[in-house]
Amino acid sequence: MINRIVVGAGYGLKDWIVQRATALIMAVYTLILLVALGAMGPGGYEAWRAIFANGFMQFMTFLFFVSLFWHVWIGVRDIWMDYAKPDGLRLVLMIATAAALVGYAGWAAKILWRL
Amino acid sequence: MAEIAIKKKRPKNLDIPTIRMPLPSVLSILHRISGAVLFLLLPCLLWLFQQSLASPEAYAAAKAVTSNVLVKIVLLGLLWLYMHHFCAGIRYLLLDLHKGVDLQPARFSSKVVFAVSIALTLIVGAKVLL
Ligand code: HEM
Repeated sequence: MINRIVVGAGYGLKDWIVQRATALIMAVYTLILLVALGAMGPGGYEAWRAIFANGFMQFMTFLFFVSLFWHVWIGVRDIWMDYAKPDGLRLVLMIATAAALVGYAGWAAKILWRL
Repeated sequence: MAEIAIKKKRPKNLDIPTIRMPLPSVLSILHRISGAVLFLLLPCLLWLFQQSLASPEAYAAAKAVTSNVLVKIVLLGLLWLYMHHFCAGIRYLLLDLHKGVDLQPARFSSKVVFAVSIALTLIVGAKVLL
């Protein structure tokens, strides 16, 4: 038996659940998008834009992006924890990751806003 | 503090050529690699998405970028990484629900993941990249 010293309360479990919940949302969105792509006519820009321009798809795409950035935050942080051992380096990488993802979230909102 | 408890030396095997990589473990490492690579290239993907929707002119400009064969190959590779991560991710969600955990079903489902993700890559690639 290893005497584990547990610090904090259940962060790990919450992240585990969030990673799976966001994965599920993205999986459903991917299926919807595959169907939409299958149904897309050969209209070039207009047909492509029409997929994302309707209200339902705007909502779903926004939900996808929010899920994506949250999912990636947990996933990439786990990867840094596995490979970046010096505490300082790990902290810098995590902050850079979080900063990038927050920025991407704003960018994604801007793209959808203009549709 | 936590490390203090783990003093016992555990055996390590770093004789790489003798380490076997059955399909489920290839699937697993590819799942991590795909997640990491997609993360690193998110700015490129967001840029493409933005251009493709901004205006007919921006769409045409994006099309011109993706008409380059090298860009096409990279995008096809990314598409495959996404499809792999997607299919392998669904398999993990099912494993988390204790579906198909035994050796035989787990081997079989990893084959399904490779087959489906490659098929989806070719179908979607043909639709959006050709
Ligand atoms: C349909 C979409 C997706 C599904 C179903 C999905 C599913 C999953 C699941 C179930 C895990 C946990 C695996 C584990 O704990 O072993 C995971 C991890 C991860 N995902 Fe996703 N994911 C999706 C999209 C994405 C995308 C688009 C990215 C990146 C841009 C991404 C990045 C990651 C990363 C970095 C990890 C951590 C990998 C690791 O710890 O080895 N995911 N994903």
